[in-house]
Amino acid sequence: MSTTVETAIGAAQTMVLNMGPQHPSTHGVLRVVLELNGEMVVKAEPIIGYLHTGIEKSCEAKTYSQCITLTDRIDYLAPLSNNLGYCLAVEKILGIEVPKRAQYIRVLLTELTRCASHLVWVGTHAIDLGAMTVFLYSFREREEILKIFEYLSGQRMMTSYFRIGGLALEPPPGWLDKVQRVVDSLPGHIDEYEDLLTKNKIWLGRTQGVGIISAADAIAMGCSGPMLRGSGVAYDVRKAFPYSSYDEFDFNVQTQTAGDCYARYQVRVAEIRESIKIVKQAMQKIPPEGPFRAEVPGIIPPSREEMKTSIEGLIYHFKIFTEGFAPPPGEVYQAIESPRGELGVFVASDGSHKPYRVKFRAPSFVNLQSLPKLAEGRLIADVVACIGTTDIVLGEVDR
Amino acid sequence: MEPQDTDKHPVVHKLREWNANAVAEVLEFRGEITVVVPREHLLRTAEYLATEPSLRFSFLSDITPVDRFPIEPRFEVNYHIVSLDRRERLRLKVKLNGSDPTVHSVTGVWPTANWHERENYDLFGIRFDGHPDLRRILMPDDWEGYPLRKDYPTEGYR
Repeated sequence: MSTTVETAIGAAQTMVLNMGPQHPSTHGVLRVVLELNGEMVVKAEPIIGYLHTGIEKSCEAKTYSQCITLTDRIDYLAPLSNNLGYCLAVEKILGIEVPKRAQYIRVLLTELTRCASHLVWVGTHAIDLGAMTVFLYSFREREEILKIFEYLSGQRMMTSYFRIGGLALEPPPGWLDKVQRVVDSLPGHIDEYEDLLTKNKIWLGRTQGVGIISAADAIAMGCSGPMLRGSGVAYDVRKAFPYSSYDEFDFNVQTQTAGDCYARYQVRVAEIRESIKIVKQAMQKIPPEGPFRAEVPGIIPPSREEMKTSIEGLIYHFKIFTEGFAPPPGEVYQAIESPRGELGVFVASDGSHKPYRVKFRAPSFVNLQSLPKLAEGRLIADVVACIGTTDIVLGEVDR
Repeated sequence: MEPQDTDKHPVVHKLREWNANAVAEVLEFRGEITVVVPREHLLRTAEYLATEPSLRFSFLSDITPVDRFPIEPRFEVNYHIVSLDRRERLRLKVKLNGSDPTVHSVTGVWPTANWHERENYDLFGIRFDGHPDLRRILMPDDWEGYPLRKDYPTEGYR
């Protein structure tokens, strides 16, 4: 969190402008110091840290299970993806295999999360560029997805529904009907947004050829997710390093070659459609009955019934929720494909009941680093498009 | 895991063939390979891994240190690298003493390291030689101390 205002003022003929941290199109508390020559951006420097809450430090003072609630708050538009990344990392360090039923439910819910996150993105990106209507529609559809999360976990956003070893609760009856309704209606709604945007002349003018990043640059800058795939690199963690049974699902990695804002828009819209495809397959695969979490005495909480009827169950329940559990010493890195890109969770254990170190490789943080590459040499109005298209969540950037 | 088993790993084998001194130790845990690289060999090893045509570790995911205070060497800096077309991950680890937590920057090999190294400088106080712009990134400029170090209290200094 530092500034180059003083150094930039010295340059002749240019003006320094602070965009943010309070600015509607910075999607939170991002500050960009712009050096302008007329309306042309000579230099753009993102300044972050306004939302730094020390989540990684807090994790070191909590037990492994307690950290899950913190992961929701990193990327608050995709809480279930964060839950999944963290749980998979801890499961890897423990060497636990999660029941197939729980894996499929996790896949279904993270894909719905991707839809919800991309819906927010398409709405806010459009409103940034002056198309108000899409925003109203996409938030309406997103709410339907959040209602499913609320039905399952009791929470719209901070769900904490994925737990180490499986899920928090047995999904309530009839939840798949609600998913079915969303799956049936969403493709039609996506068509509506595409009617409003895809061939809209103003939209094309604001996004085509704006914020271009080449494939080589995107790899060098560590971009991932739609940022990378919009430049023609077909890297998707779900395909490259499958987790949670993603290898059993049939879906395509969406890519575009132009590398501009429009290409990334196309990638994200296509990804919503692919996610719906995955959700449909998961609905077929999920067995109606079966365990929703692994059975590992002393690490995974016993069922409610076992806790009430057996003395071992009661003891394990008490121990897990008071002192937690102690995985073997070691370090793991688990990556998942969050809506924004590669979300990596590094967990180091020293054999105690609390994680020795937790690191979240936040895709927004890394993607934001390439903002100067996108925006420099373009007009100040394009900066708004460039920030929007990187799809940052400041909670995740600053952690 | 027996040492000869990890030696069979093709990447480790290639690394040893290229420069036996670049590999101090090889660890395996839960199917993840970690190559411990001596500090002075890090930059050249990184260049080799990124450019060698049969390896092509062109994507740097993450750089993250672990503070083993009060054990010396105190800091372990982990580099998570990916070969996109070969679909392989590797972790490089460099161990640094608490009295001189300095390592050469890898921004020349992977430009994305810029912000990762700034973050690690900010939160751990690890200095990266040759970094173009080593400043704090998340904490305020006038912040004292390095919050993610183990001797820094969770609630901060009062």
